[in-house]
Amino acid sequence: MNFENDCRFKRKLTKRGNCNTLSHQGLQDKQAEQNSVKDSYTTHNESVFQNPHHQQEENLTGLPIVTFKWHHVETPYLVIIWVFVAGLAKLSVVELNHHVISVVPESGLLIILGFILGGIVWGADRAQTFKLLPPTFFYYLLPQIILDASYFMPNKLFFSNLGAILIYAIFGTCWNAATVGLSLWGCYEAGVMGNLDIGLLQFLLFGSLIAAVDPVAVIAVFEEVHVNEVLFILVFGESLLNDGVTVVLYNVFDAFVALGGPRIDAAEIFKGIFSFVVVAFGGSFLGIGFAILLSLLTRCTKHIQIIEAGFVFVVGYLAYLTAEMLSLSAILSITFCGICCQKYVNANMDEKSVTTVRHAMKLLANGSETMIFLFLGVTAIDTEIWVWNTGFILLTLLFVFIYRIIGTFLFTWMLNKFRLVPIEVIDQVVMSYGGLRGAVAYGLAALLDEDKIPEKNLMISTTLIVVYFTVILQGITMKPLVQWLKVKRAAHSDLKLIEKLNNRAFDHILAAVEDICGRIGDNWWTRGWNRFEENYISWLLMKPKARKNRDYLFSIFHKLNLEDAINYVSEGERQGSLAFSRSDEAANVDFKKQFGSEFADVMPNIMVDMSNYELGIEHFSVTSIVKDTIPSVSLDIHGQDRKNAMDDINAHHLLQQHLYRSRKHQHRHKYSRSHFSINQNEDEVQEIFQRTMRSRLESFKSTKMGVNPAKKITKHHKKELTHKMPNGHPDGTGHLYGDEEVEGLCVFLPHLIEAGIENPVFLPDMDSPTHSPPWLMETEAVAPSQRAQRRLPWTPNRLRRLAPMRISTCSTDSFLMADVSLTLEEHEEHSQTDHVEM
Amino acid sequence: MGSRASSLLREEDIEEIKKETGFSHSQITRLYSRFHSLDKGENGALSREDFQRIPELAINPLGDRIINAFFPEGTNKKYTAREDQVNFRGFMRTLAHFRPVEDNEKNKDLTSGEPLNSRTNKLHFAFQLYDLDRDDKISRDELLQVLRMMVGVNISDEQLGSIADRTIQEADTNGDMCISFSEFTKVLEKVDVEQKMSIRFLH
Repeated sequence: MNFENDCRFKRKLTKRGNCNTLSHQGLQDKQAEQNSVKDSYTTHNESVFQNPHHQQEENLTGLPIVTFKWHHVETPYLVIIWVFVAGLAKLSVVELNHHVISVVPESGLLIILGFILGGIVWGADRAQTFKLLPPTFFYYLLPQIILDASYFMPNKLFFSNLGAILIYAIFGTCWNAATVGLSLWGCYEAGVMGNLDIGLLQFLLFGSLIAAVDPVAVIAVFEEVHVNEVLFILVFGESLLNDGVTVVLYNVFDAFVALGGPRIDAAEIFKGIFSFVVVAFGGSFLGIGFAILLSLLTRCTKHIQIIEAGFVFVVGYLAYLTAEMLSLSAILSITFCGICCQKYVNANMDEKSVTTVRHAMKLLANGSETMIFLFLGVTAIDTEIWVWNTGFILLTLLFVFIYRIIGTFLFTWMLNKFRLVPIEVIDQVVMSYGGLRGAVAYGLAALLDEDKIPEKNLMISTTLIVVYFTVILQGITMKPLVQWLKVKRAAHSDLKLIEKLNNRAFDHILAAVEDICGRIGDNWWTRGWNRFEENYISWLLMKPKARKNRDYLFSIFHKLNLEDAINYVSEGERQGSLAFSRSDEAANVDFKKQFGSEFADVMPNIMVDMSNYELGIEHFSVTSIVKDTIPSVSLDIHGQDRKNAMDDINAHHLLQQHLYRSRKHQHRHKYSRSHFSINQNEDEVQEIFQRTMRSRLESFKSTKMGVNPAKKITKHHKKELTHKMPNGHPDGTGHLYGDEEVEGLCVFLPHLIEAGIENPVFLPDMDSPTHSPPWLMETEAVAPSQRAQRRLPWTPNRLRRLAPMRISTCSTDSFLMADVSLTLEEHEEHSQTDHVEM
Repeated sequence: MGSRASSLLREEDIEEIKKETGFSHSQITRLYSRFHSLDKGENGALSREDFQRIPELAINPLGDRIINAFFPEGTNKKYTAREDQVNFRGFMRTLAHFRPVEDNEKNKDLTSGEPLNSRTNKLHFAFQLYDLDRDDKISRDELLQVLRMMVGVNISDEQLGSIADRTIQEADTNGDMCISFSEFTKVLEKVDVEQKMSIRFLH
């Protein structure tokens, strides 16, 4: 299998490293060096770096052409190799085991894979040289996952269930910590575990670190199960917040342990509780502070769009580290930073940056998650950490499981007295069963101080067993359980405008009814907050422009239209090459109507988004066609779809007609670190301008005359073409929406230019009802193509929504790509010559 | 106007309301005191002006529509004293739409007629907010009016028109460019109306 090969490769590498550098150093040196991502430079760099140089200098007899400098790159190299291995592991887990993955969750598989990898490393080195070290975990792997989780938190859902989440996260976690700790202590006192050197406080410390449900594990499992959204947010929100709580609890008990039992009095306990509150809320407020900072920052990054996406990560990480520095809860800090900033950041930033953030965030989080699970497995293959104590381990497993259930039912029972929609028993079962422990518990266990807690290794091994048990076993059984209990699943439905509209209406209705009843309820608070947010917070944190453009329903509408456009293009491509630009399929769409001139400035970005991100790679995007020079486009199309030579010719003509003159030499991408745009050429701007003006003139003329001047001249030719087209419908009868008026794109013209899109496909001016390319007017023989007036000869199944919206005004629909009103007129000669060429 | 007499809530009235709406005794008395305090004319019935005096309701974009919903079409003697007034029973009847569906009600057979807080009735309440002319259809114009109330001023009429068109398209199955109640129910079948159209009444 893939990963094994890779491991062998890696092992070789390690071995080579060993031979070259470490053979004369002790085993410990080697271990530490390979282990620690960070430490090796600080602790060993002298020896590591000097040795080879000495050797080289001694042996130097002439100028070396190539030297092998393993030491220079060792640490980053090992890190990157492990990242690479993790990537391959994920790949092999996902790709090679389709039927396995339907049973075992990915996280479990990764851990098992980690066992194998760990075994290989151990087999090679006779010791586990790679471990998940707490600093690595807490400083480099965890923050990304938490930031991702919070940045994509469904805010409305989260805040409407915030009460329940807080109860579970704070009281549930304390409950778990206390009961597990106390019960273990009780059993220990009863003599079940034999002779251990653990006191009550240590048991409570252990209880607190094992108490928290782990967000990483929970997300990994629950995402695959698709339970209903309330259940998901409860489990997820709880796991996110209780990590913060558990770390705080851990620190408090750690301090107690350090203080020693006898010196703890009421005052110290009170201080402990007080510090718990300060640390938790302080962290949260710090996070909110950073969120405000971030939002304000993105307000003024208009001119450095290229790096504004980076701010999200930097400030998020800064929130984490600052909280850590102030010994506040780092996890809560970064959580609230992400949750609070998302709305404003997304509104303020350029659409491209938003996409960048989204993808980068997912990339980092997924990568970290993979690393964490993999290393949880690798770490296990080590003889050093394993200490077995049947009583302690089994009892821990049992208590963790049982008290989770009891706690969930207890707190749900209390919550249900106040909830509008009570949490059902089935959901409670899933919630308690979803109490997966994960890397945070392990990280905390590994952080324990061996001087103060002699049984550290026992605790680590117990934690690992609990993690494996919950992630693998409970992970595997979760799906069958959910199915068996018939838990309400997430209703997976398409985004619908009418649903959103009604949700909005429902909110208003409920608020009104509460007013009528004279009751200050949830809706009253929600509305009050919304109003406050709208008036003050948005004003402070959002760009005026973004604020203006932001309307809930409109943004939904906008999103739907984008989706449609994307569907349209991909559907068109599935049906044949570039169906959307074929001359007989002029699907005309009206931007102006849909997006309005005030949104026009947003539009170019959207276009770029679509072609670059959604379609650009696999599909043949319009932008990419146009950026190429004409001949190569023709070839591309030709290569893509040989079955229809006619298409090629048509496309060729289309492009030649609608593209500006190709300016090969002035028209290159200029490398620029901060701009993506292609340098503009004055001639080109001129040309665009002229074309636009001509088309306007033309449209004016033709409307004035009321007829299409030269329709008949080329008619026969068009008919010929139509017959030749395999897919072509006979004259304009086969299409659904016959006489929509085509409306103009010229609004977008300047914006397109600004955005560096050179996509003349958008530019032929659609103001003209005759659809004739205006620049052909000089030769009086312009024939407005009949074909051009037909649109959507085929109706892709998924394009139901593309039906014209405004029947009443006979205008057409929202479409980005569609404005290709193609006209073949006047190309007889061209087509023939080209045909020959091809 | 006989205000004293009508302001007294008689036991049998309470019983009847209880049966009709499903509210508990204490909820009814609590809501009655609210009703009474809204009733500035002290005539045992609320007029539109009484509702409009509620400050928050005055700025609710759908406020007028919701007030309208308290005044049913056919003047039923039981609920309205006069055409433009609603008495306590009518008031309670409308509010009953927003009672959450309780567990023991879910499995109840529907022999006694559908309860007011059923999914269909909740949806119908929402539906009639749009349906101004009460012809059981939401036309484009009716939808546009509601949209205009709910969206900000930044959206132009044309955009709003497209939004309305699209919304109708999503729901419209028979192609008449209107949303009938059955289409409305169908298109919202995935929405958790029971939850989204309920508020908590204090017990």
